[in-house]
Amino acid sequence: MVRSDVQLMLGVKQGDEASFELLLQRYRRPLCHFLNRMVRDAAQAEDLAQEVFLRVYRARREYEPSAKFTTWLFRIATNLALNSLRDGRHRQAEVSLDAPAEGQDGSEMTLDVPDGAPMVEQELVERDRVAVVRRAIFALPEKQRAAVLLHKYQELDYDEIARILGCSVSALKSLLFRAYEALRVELAPLVAPEASKGGPGGTTEGKQP
Amino acid sequence: MNCQRMESQLIAYLDGLASAHERREVDQHLAACAACRARVEEFRGVWKLLEEVPAPEPSAWFDARLRQRIAAQPPPALWSRLAGWLPQPRLALASLALIAVGFWAASAPRPSLPAPAAMNEQEEFRMIKNMQVLENYEVLKDLDAVNELQGN
Repeated sequence: MVRSDVQLMLGVKQGDEASFELLLQRYRRPLCHFLNRMVRDAAQAEDLAQEVFLRVYRARREYEPSAKFTTWLFRIATNLALNSLRDGRHRQAEVSLDAPAEGQDGSEMTLDVPDGAPMVEQELVERDRVAVVRRAIFALPEKQRAAVLLHKYQELDYDEIARILGCSVSALKSLLFRAYEALRVELAPLVAPEASKGGPGGTTEGKQP
Repeated sequence: MNCQRMESQLIAYLDGLASAHERREVDQHLAACAACRARVEEFRGVWKLLEEVPAPEPSAWFDARLRQRIAAQPPPALWSRLAGWLPQPRLALASLALIAVGFWAASAPRPSLPAPAAMNEQEEFRMIKNMQVLENYEVLKDLDAVNELQGN
C-alpha cells in the first residue's frame, strides 16, 4: 500500500530514514521544476530545492500533521524563492544585464529584467516558442508567477495555493485571472492561431475536479 | 454577470470547478459577450502553451549533495532530543512549564502596588500634570460646547 505524505513524515519524525528517502523521491522533481520556473536558474533552483528538504528534515521532530504536507512543502519553497529573488535583485546591479548565461537545457538565457519590450519577429518561430513562454512567465510579478506555477504545473487546489501564498481563495482567483490575462496579452501572437482553431461558444470543459 | 465579474469566476469555470449556478452565469454572459468568449479561448490557448514548456530535471548528484548538507548539520539541541524521546513532547513540555510557572508564582514576592488612598499629593499632582487633556485646557476652554457645559 502506498503510504501518504503525512504517514511518511510521521515516519521521518520517528527517525525513519527510509521515509525521508520516499518523500525525497516523491517531491524532488516537482520541487525542482517549481523552483526552476520561479528563479529561472537551474543551479540556484536545485540549491533551493535542497534547502527545502533540509528544512523539512530539520523540523521533523516538531512536525504536526495539521496541514497538508504539500502545503507546507511548497510554502517553504515559495518563501525561499521569493527571498532569493529579493537578494538577487540587490546583487543584480553588479552583474551586466546583457551577460548571456547558459541554461541547463543548453539554451541561452539572458538576465533580462521584465521590461515589456515587444517580442522580435524571429522569436516567434517554433523553436523559440518555449523561450518566449518562459520569458513571459518570468516577467509576471512574483506572486502571480508563483500562483500560476502552483496552479498550472503542480495542479494544487485553490485552497492549498491560497494557504501557500497567504491570501484568500477569492483573492487567489483574481490573482490567477490577472496573471493569465497578462500572459494572454504577452503571448497573443502565439495564442491567436490556437484561438481561431477553437470552435465557437467556448463552453467545452477544462480539467475535471 | 458582467465582464468585470468574470475576473472572479473565469478560472474556476475553465478548471471545470465552478458550481452549477456559477457555470450557468458564465455561460449566459459568454453567449452575449464576444470579447469574453474570445478571452476564454485565448486563456485555453495560454494554458496549452504553458504545457509545452519543460523544466530541467534535477541533476544526478542532487541526493548526494543533499545528504552531504544533512550530514553537515549540527546535532539537534538537547531539549529537542529529549522531546523526541517523550511519547507526547508537547504535553510534557506544557506540564513542565505549568509547574515552573506555579513555583514562580508561589515564591515570587508580591509586587507592592500603592493603594489609591496612599497616593500622596505630590504623586497626584504629577499624574494630573501628565494628562494631555488638562494640558490642552486652554484650547478646550475656547470651544463653545465646553462653555455651554460650564454654563449649565
